[in-house]
Amino acid sequence: MSADFAHELKRHEETDARDGLSRVARARIVLWLGPGTVLGGVLWAVLQPWRLTLLHPGGQGVWWLLVEPPLYVIAVGLIFRLVIAPGVAEDLLDEEPRR
Amino acid sequence: MIVAGLMPQAEFVHWWFATGFLMLGLVLLAEAVVGPEVWRKRAWRPYLWPSLCFAMGILMWPVMTFFTNSAIHMVAHGSWAEVLMLCGAAELGVARGKLHSQYWRLTSSLALVVSGTAFLVHEQNAWLFSRAAFLHHTLGWTALICAVFPFVLAFRPRSLVAATGFATFFVLLAVLLYCDRDVAPVFGHFSQFAGVPHR
Repeated sequence: MSADFAHELKRHEETDARDGLSRVARARIVLWLGPGTVLGGVLWAVLQPWRLTLLHPGGQGVWWLLVEPPLYVIAVGLIFRLVIAPGVAEDLLDEEPRR
Repeated sequence: MIVAGLMPQAEFVHWWFATGFLMLGLVLLAEAVVGPEVWRKRAWRPYLWPSLCFAMGILMWPVMTFFTNSAIHMVAHGSWAEVLMLCGAAELGVARGKLHSQYWRLTSSLALVVSGTAFLVHEQNAWLFSRAAFLHHTLGWTALICAVFPFVLAFRPRSLVAATGFATFFVLLAVLLYCDRDVAPVFGHFSQFAGVPHR
């Protein structure tokens, strides 16, 4: 067995874990990471509304008005979903299926 | 005194870093799910998480300068800055092709070991002293345990379990940092020496 062939065989053996999921399922997971994060941020905002000082801005200092952690979580989810995830899912679905 | 009034509170800085780590975790999770070949299909993507890591290392230096009030605190923050930059730089080198050995990935493992140790060493109080103390202990042990994931990735770069574990570590790190408050109880426990809790 040549070294190249052995290496290729090894690579295919190691891809088994990912091959267990179809490309469509993996694309869905990637596309749902962002909305899942947004949902986490929304839940946090509902459970601890006092963390959103914009809802009750009276008497708050400038830092307390600028720092809104649940909104940060929502922003991360949105950026990931709108900027990163579509290209990743597209590349995954365009990938040639392995023999 | 005026400068102290203008400075953001330490918990705000923890939440900013939590936001960065959350993005880092999502990026690594996506890479783990699709695999390295698909991830590298666009030239900019392999640089994404190493750049974020490196940038957070740079941003840790002003945190070390302005937000530490003891030598051990300063050393801990300095070590986080160094290992974040080291890990980011090594991964950037691998992504660019300047570094060829896959064993450069061991720098990520080293970064987690150093970070975890720094968390544990610089926290002088017991677990239930306050929420910050509890989180420092939790973060330290989590980083030390999760150092095994990048270690495995250095030898088995396609391991789904190791890649997912490494990514999940950053999401967990973000959650724990978001839980941080400057002075707050944890599970109903709060030392009388910890200060006055607020919101």
